[in-house]
Order: sequence, then structure tokens, then C-alpha cells
Amino acid sequence: MKVELLKRDIDKLSDIPFAPFAKPGHTTVNSGFRTEKPVCDRTKCNGCSLCYLYCPDGAIVKDGKGIKFDLGFCKGCRICKKICKKGAISFEVEK
Amino acid sequence: MARKFLSGNEAFAYGVKKARPHVISAYPITPQTTVVEALATFVTKGDLKSEFIHVESEHSALSAAIGASAVGARTFTATSSQGLLYMAECLTYASGGRFPIVMMNANRSVALPWNIYGDQRDSLSLLDTGWIQAYAKDAQEAFDLALMSFYIAEHKDVSTPFMANLDGFTLTHTYESVEIADDKTVDEFLPAFKTENKLDLDDPKNLGFSAGPDTNTEFKYLEHIGVQNTVKVILECEDRFYKHFNRRYTGLVEDYRCDDADFVIVTLGTVAGLVQDVVDALRAEGKKVGLLRLRYIRPFPNEEIAKALKNVKAIGVLEKDISFGNEGTVYTNVNSALKKANLTLRSSNYIAGLGGRDISKDEIKDIFNDLKDSDSKVKFIGLKGE
Repeated sequence: MKVELLKRDIDKLSDIPFAPFAKPGHTTVNSGFRTEKPVCDRTKCNGCSLCYLYCPDGAIVKDGKGIKFDLGFCKGCRICKKICKKGAISFEVEK
Repeated sequence: MARKFLSGNEAFAYGVKKARPHVISAYPITPQTTVVEALATFVTKGDLKSEFIHVESEHSALSAAIGASAVGARTFTATSSQGLLYMAECLTYASGGRFPIVMMNANRSVALPWNIYGDQRDSLSLLDTGWIQAYAKDAQEAFDLALMSFYIAEHKDVSTPFMANLDGFTLTHTYESVEIADDKTVDEFLPAFKTENKLDLDDPKNLGFSAGPDTNTEFKYLEHIGVQNTVKVILECEDRFYKHFNRRYTGLVEDYRCDDADFVIVTLGTVAGLVQDVVDALRAEGKKVGLLRLRYIRPFPNEEIAKALKNVKAIGVLEKDISFGNEGTVYTNVNSALKKANLTLRSSNYIAGLGGRDISKDEIKDIFNDLKDSDSKVKFIGLKGE
């Protein structure tokens, strides 16, 4: 499955669908209010996917035996950190 | 084709049954209850194969309807008064999401003081929510509107939810002979609901997202155009309706003897029937009077009103509504139509029928009399004196 998200510029009325619906990939990056970003320690992560299921923004993606974050959509809510049984997820200040 | 002796609510329920919605989701409230009861009975007996969802409130009723419409289902709900107000949050979700849900609203007063009888303050207070609003005159029009509402709402150029209004008790609970169309002709008249705006496993989409300042104006503009497009789709639908059922409707307004009239009452809903009788009686006495019934309030018939009233001396807008601190909302809208067409005829506002108070023939005659030298004050008809 393709998980890259495109940032699409909308500068014409004809780019707007008649209702708020769009093909996957239409959504624009939306994470401006995050101050700290999640980091996964792959040595602790066992790939259980609990964080993937709980993430309210769908900003966690399965990656081989572990996960990775889609930082374009992560709001920094820390639900993934709270739910991780292995303590694999931590947050660090954005630079 | 068959004739049945039906109440307005039952007539509308028969219309909905013929339109065969996939999903019906509603919560009972007086005076809407009997339309939902009739539909529940059709479903229970197996005469209508719809998913009938029992919900715990009007807010949930419309939310469930939105969910159903978002997978491409033809969807119906019904409510009234406080129920409609409780739905208010979801009304803009349905219209902004462009989900062509059909709702029957039984027009009823809103609290306080608590009152279950008919006036139009419930729906008229929600004109800006983006729904099409039609007002029926009799039970036959209720049945016909039920069929036409799905055609209009689901049309690809419209894709907007439709609120069909029936005056509480005066229409919802009175009985008339109604011509019921046969299934085959209805199926020929009403095409299946098709839309791109749905969740579809074969064509995945992101539905109902947010739109910030960069695109919000464009979405709202397109929503406005959708409701504007309704004007041509209503006419197209009524032509099609005439070909299939041999009954002719007249678009956004119904003009009754306005042609050479000096004085015209502009109104909506069932009271138009009574005004029509008074117009006939006064015409028989040689008085040049007429009636303009507004069948739709959204989209608003700006051009149709100007065309019908261009040679008239004075009009009175008779409505079961008051926007406190100003005037009746229909009056505001009608005056705007006159102004845009540069018409300078006198216009007055007559507030009547609040909380179900009857409007009499004599009161309508008095309004026509008053129009001879009317001012533009807001008048409450039948107000008790000091």
C-alpha cells in the first residue's frame, strides 16, 4: 500500500470537489501545533501494532517488524507512548 | 393508480414508501409521529424493504442518516419543532457534506411557552443551514413532494438535503382523498441514487474532511451553487412529474389570479388554501385581489416574486413566524426580492397563526381591506386588546 501523502496545491476552483471528499493523498500536511515528536526505539519495539491501532490520526505506519511515524500528521498527543507495553516510544523536542 | 383517504403525514409516508429509501432513521415527536409509525408499519409488514433504525434522539436520527447517505444509500428522516432544533448541529453536516437526505418536518411552534400546535418558527429559523425548504399546501402535494424531493435532492447538480414542510395538524392530521401512483410509474419517474460522494471499497476516499481558510470559501461557494441549481432542477423535475402522473406544479411559486390584481397576499403552506377561497369570493364582488404562494423558501424565488408582483399596488406577507425585534423572516426575504427588482409597491407584514391559532376568512378579508392604504408596520392578527 502506498502511504506517502502528497501536499497538493489548490489554486483553482476546479481543483475543489463539489463535496468535501477526495482520493487518498489529497489531504494536506497538518501537524503545526506539535512541539515534541515521537521516536521509536527499535530495540525495544516488538511490532505488536497497538500504537498503530490506537493512533487517532493514523499517523503510525507498519514498517517491517516495527513501526514508523508519519510526522506530517502526528499531533504529538502521546497516546502511542501511553499504550506501548514495551516503553519503546519516547518524545523529544523538535528542532 | 389508486385513491386513498389519508392524512398529510400518511400521504407523505406513502410517497416515501414508493421512493423506497434504503435507510429510515427517525425519532418520534408530535405532530410528526404518524409518518414514522406508518413507515415502521410498512417495514414490519414487509411492504417496504428499508433498514429502519431506532435511535435515541433527533441528533442521532440525522447523524445516522448522514452515515447512511455517506455509503450511497437513499435516506429518509422526519422530525418537528424542538426535534428539528435538536438536530440543528447535524443539519449543516448534512448540507456541507452534500448528502441528499430527505426530511419531512411537521411545522410546529417552538418553546417556551410549550406548545405542540402548528406554526412555522421551527423551520424558518433554520433557513441558513443550507437545506432546500419546500412547503406543502395539501395532502396530495405532500405525497407528490415526497417523490419529487428525492429526485431534486439527489440530482447530480444539486446534491443537497431537502426539508419538506407540512403544517402541523392542519395538514399532518387532516384527511383528504389522495391519488397514489403505482410502483411501476414511480420507478420510471425516480432514477436510482448515484453519487461519487460516498465511501466505496473499490474507490477509497477521504470523506467529510476539514477545510481551512485556504479552501473554505470555495466549498461554501459550491454549496451555494448547489442550492441555486435547484431552481432549474425543480422545473425539470416537475415537467417529468407531469409526464408521468399528469399533475402540474408551478416551480418555486404558485400564482393565483395575480395577473391583473391590485392587492396580493403572499404566504406559504396550508393557509394558502383559505386565502384562495377568499380571493374567489372577493373577485366575485369585483375586487382585484390575488394570492402568491411561496412553494419554496430555499432556494428563494426572487425573480418569480418580482415577475408575479410587477403590476401590483400593495402586498401583504402573511406568515406564521416572527423574528423578534425585527419582523417576519419571509417578509424580510420578499422585500429583498422587490428591492432587487427595483419594485416600489407598498408591502406590509401580517403575523398570524402562532402556536396553532386559527386564521379565519374574515381576518384574511380584513388584510385585503387593510392593503388599500397599508403602511409597512408589522401587525399581529387577532391580537387581544387592552
